[in-house]
Amino acid sequence: MSTIELRQVEKKFGDLHAVKPLDLTIQDGEFVVLLGPSGCGKTTTLRMISGLEAVSGGTIWLDGRNVTWLHPSARDIAFVFQFYALYPHLTAWRNIAFPLQAQGESPENVKKRVNEVAKLLRIEHLLNARPGQLSGGDQQRVALARALVRRPAAYLMDEPLGALDADFRETMRSEIKRLHVLQHATTVYVTHDQIEAMAMGDRIVVMSEAAIQQIGTPAQVYYDPANLFVARFIGSPGMNLIAGKYADGIVQMAGLDNRYPVPLEWQSALKKGLDGGSEVIIGFRPEAAQINDQGKLIGKVYASEMQGSSAVLHLTINENDIFHIRTDRLISYPIDTLVHFDIDPQMVRFFNPKTEAAIKPEVAQ
Amino acid sequence: MSHVELSHITKTYPGVTALDDISFDVKDGEFFVLLGPTGAGKTTTLRVIAGLEKQDKGSVLFDGKAVDNFNPSDRDVALVFQQYSLYPTMSVYDNLAFPLRSPLRHTSAEEIRKKVEETAEILHISHLLKRKTAHLSGGEMQRVSIGRAIVRSPRVFLMDEPLSNLDAKLREALRIELQHLQKTQGSTTLFVTHDQIEALTMADRIAVLNQGRILQVGTPEDIYDRPATTFIAQLVGSPRINLYKARREDGTISINASEVHVPASHGNNLPADFLVGIRPENIKPDLKGEFSGRLVLTEPLGVETILHIQSGQSEFIGLVPGITTYRIGDAMKFNVAFEHVHYFGLNGDRLQS
Repeated sequence: MSTIELRQVEKKFGDLHAVKPLDLTIQDGEFVVLLGPSGCGKTTTLRMISGLEAVSGGTIWLDGRNVTWLHPSARDIAFVFQFYALYPHLTAWRNIAFPLQAQGESPENVKKRVNEVAKLLRIEHLLNARPGQLSGGDQQRVALARALVRRPAAYLMDEPLGALDADFRETMRSEIKRLHVLQHATTVYVTHDQIEAMAMGDRIVVMSEAAIQQIGTPAQVYYDPANLFVARFIGSPGMNLIAGKYADGIVQMAGLDNRYPVPLEWQSALKKGLDGGSEVIIGFRPEAAQINDQGKLIGKVYASEMQGSSAVLHLTINENDIFHIRTDRLISYPIDTLVHFDIDPQMVRFFNPKTEAAIKPEVAQ
Repeated sequence: MSHVELSHITKTYPGVTALDDISFDVKDGEFFVLLGPTGAGKTTTLRVIAGLEKQDKGSVLFDGKAVDNFNPSDRDVALVFQQYSLYPTMSVYDNLAFPLRSPLRHTSAEEIRKKVEETAEILHISHLLKRKTAHLSGGEMQRVSIGRAIVRSPRVFLMDEPLSNLDAKLREALRIELQHLQKTQGSTTLFVTHDQIEALTMADRIAVLNQGRILQVGTPEDIYDRPATTFIAQLVGSPRINLYKARREDGTISINASEVHVPASHGNNLPADFLVGIRPENIKPDLKGEFSGRLVLTEPLGVETILHIQSGQSEFIGLVPGITTYRIGDAMKFNVAFEHVHYFGLNGDRLQS
């Protein structure tokens, strides 16, 4: 098992930074997700860890060993690109054993390892079947077993679920995590899908524009995003982010008469965090809003969405801004109804629109 | 606008029955979604309505009048596809104006300008009117495609997975706009998708289609709360519904290979062997819960967390609000909201109970 450490690692193509100098330590047994939109530098970072891409600067350490200029094959890292199609003429067992046999493992070791991984993935009873005889989900499990049958120091995975349809993606997501919980192999996983990142990662590294925006647990990036990018990117829909002007304990928003009384514990933090300016962005998650006739905030119904067990109400407050509010499914409102609500004071956040950074709350005395 | 009716439509290709006796109607001003997996027959249905495909049997009626012998152009429907079909060298303005400039329409230049500007306003693309469409983002292009469909106020909108190529955030935003637009314009819309969340969130009514047959027609609530078959129960809802074999014996219902047993009063009139469906939100962790198991996996999504609870040899997927503090490996107690449980026969059909 192993720790992975990146010190001031960067990648430049000419004058262009694909990855700006970054520091990141991945603990032994940890599942870390590199998350961001396409072009953010996440895959390049992964490829530098694997050795498939040379660094332009900085060093990479594996278990305290500087591997920066080591050949990929000498790093004892398995790179999983995607779950390749299975060989249709081979049994599940032969399919899974293939990478080990190709590596020249002894027959006993191959047998032991295949049986182990088959047990973890609960496919022991399928080992004699050919892919064509298996259901889609079982085929994917066999493919996963084949990808993970080797026991390297670390796994690097680059959007392995990208090509699957939504249903399989959910199943495989939980299978990979389940396997991780059982094996605790150090894993770095790249995805652009924030749901995947939240569901799987011990920690998430949110990247944008070649730089790390935040490193944190799912709870940290969800409840306490470091900046506007993270607040928007995480969550579906993302955090409500509404511009306003702050003065005397009140944030005044444009459009409908929305005057939000800032909780006392935030007031001095806001004064400090806004550097004397009054422009502020207020942020809250859709589930932080509670509909209430006496609510201090108000919006006009634009659309409502039944989402299965719950619903989301979309309320406009001016030409540009919409509040997204999670509600009980039983409530239904026609378009243009005025709806009042409050925000759970524990779940309100503030951002400085100039720096885009979150304003830190004052520590309670 | 228009009322659309499909009456006993059958369409076969050599060796395949693409549509097998399809009947449904889309009411005037309704947002109607055809939901089904790839190959279900959704797009074929749309093409039959548009007149791009001729059915073997059955009839398509607009406002009670059969249009089976009408050319596509005479049916006055507007199509929006997954792939944007815009003229790349034309400006957004000209793309929007194009359907109105048909000599058959006799629309004056002034009238055209007015309509194009109105449409652009509605879709928030007024600032793009002079831009060439080749220089637009995917979301902007799809807005223009929708604009080109609505600009001439057709009788019916037919939309074939128009949001599928967009990234998740954009899809969410356009989903809301499209729904708002449809409601405020009162347009009759038939929308095809394989995405259950699009169907639930936008539809007034949904028809679930599989292998060329309609399995159920109903409101999103009907489909989610009273799925007619296990196929539908599993198609709609995320995470997926828990489905187990169960047995009724001596006044007790037992979910096979688990520790979950309840008095049979929850399901009178059930046969001896059947299937039980439990939506994840109806598995409720509770310190004093009736059933016990072990937490084998958690998947925090933010707004809620998926719990995988092992009980006996079975796994129960639960859904709880927020990011939980439960830890993998914890012993768990839980209840099942049996008033919301679904019962199906072994053939997959819903049992009335």
